[in-house]
Amino acid sequence: MKAGGFGALLRRDLRLALRQGSDTATVLAFFVIVVSLFPFGVGAEPQTLSAIGAGILWVAALLAALLSLDRLFQADYEDGTLDYLLASPAAPTMLVLAKCLAHWLTTGLPLVILSPLLALLLHMPAASYPALMLGLALGTPILTLVGAIGAALVLGARRGGVLLSLLILPLYIPVLIFGVAAVEAAATGRAAQPHLLLLGALFLAALALAPFVAAAALRQAAE
Amino acid sequence: MAIRFHALANPARFLRFARRALPWTAALAILCIAAGGVWGLFFAPPDKFQGESVRIMYVHVPAAWMALFCYLCMAGTSAAALIWRHPLGHVLARAAAPIGACFTLLALGTGMLWGKPMWGAYWVWDARLTSVLILFFFYLGYIALSNAFDDPGRGARAAAILALVGVVNLPIVKFSVDWWNTLHQPASIIRRDGPTIDAAMLAPLLLMILGFTFYYFAVWILRARAELAALRTRALKLRLLAS
Repeated sequence: MKAGGFGALLRRDLRLALRQGSDTATVLAFFVIVVSLFPFGVGAEPQTLSAIGAGILWVAALLAALLSLDRLFQADYEDGTLDYLLASPAAPTMLVLAKCLAHWLTTGLPLVILSPLLALLLHMPAASYPALMLGLALGTPILTLVGAIGAALVLGARRGGVLLSLLILPLYIPVLIFGVAAVEAAATGRAAQPHLLLLGALFLAALALAPFVAAAALRQAAE
Repeated sequence: MAIRFHALANPARFLRFARRALPWTAALAILCIAAGGVWGLFFAPPDKFQGESVRIMYVHVPAAWMALFCYLCMAGTSAAALIWRHPLGHVLARAAAPIGACFTLLALGTGMLWGKPMWGAYWVWDARLTSVLILFFFYLGYIALSNAFDDPGRGARAAAILALVGVVNLPIVKFSVDWWNTLHQPASIIRRDGPTIDAAMLAPLLLMILGFTFYYFAVWILRARAELAALRTRALKLRLLAS
């Protein structure tokens, strides 16, 4: 595998995202709107909101990631670019990694940066902000990597977007558990580190395994 | 043994084997479930703490066991289908999925009925219960994905990959009661220091597990035959359309 394939695909996807510009904005708007629905749903008392704020932010982040994931390979699959990419000398796992990195930079990273502002709106204690941002920084790449498997599996399926949520939301549950646990530990003055380390372990496992599964799924989709 | 299994990869030979095995597995299933059911429900002793409600165990434990075993069968046949590119593996995996989903639902349902008198709630978000619920979602996802494509071969291949991904959940289900402090009781049959359950209860329970397993094999064979017949009808229809 030449490193050029990775860099070229990453640059292309980032350029496409920047020129079209819509995906990042849509995902961020979705994230903000979902979070701002909760004060209407559960009541605007600061105690209630600060108690469930971590859960709200994390669930909203999962849904926002899901929203953009069904497009990860879809356009390339429909116009035939995917066949060319798979026929190129670049290793399919590297293609998946490049696509995932581009997806995370355009949708995951903005969520991480925006999260303290939303935490402020939900009256979450300031001590929990580092754990929230670190947790999201470790967790959102897992969402992208695991989601890439689902996105590759549903290529060409009927109602692929709905199906995608059924396939990968169950796999997101461990990320949600440790992400929320880290924030709550930090908010109550306990150590957030164990939960963050577990998230880091999940990230490394996803980074090592998910590209192979997603590449296998892409190959069978292109058959 | 390996050679024998390999020989079954031929669909015609599999159908011959299935026709011969079906009456035996069905008869053994009826025999074991009838004997184990009557023994467990009427003759086995009530529990010292749980009283008569312990009898839910004779359905709950075999169902939960089968929920895991069906998934293992599904993942194993899916792996075989992906590795050796053999369509019979896909047929067997597709046939096993709805059975496994039903067993999982049965385990969850009987568990809820048992939970109400013992824990005071139908549902608690405990590690064992949650991981079994996720197992159920994996079954649903598998069934939905394998039916989502116009080309059944494509659906079968995509679903096979999903089945293998879902295997990460199996050890979590099995060891959830050891890794976390759960309300659900720890393993009491398969453990290093031998079963902690009394022989008077263990015997009917094992009989029920055996019966459920034979029942599963009988239904699996039936469903695999139906899947093969559906594939054949589809091929014939396509040939009719082409001519």
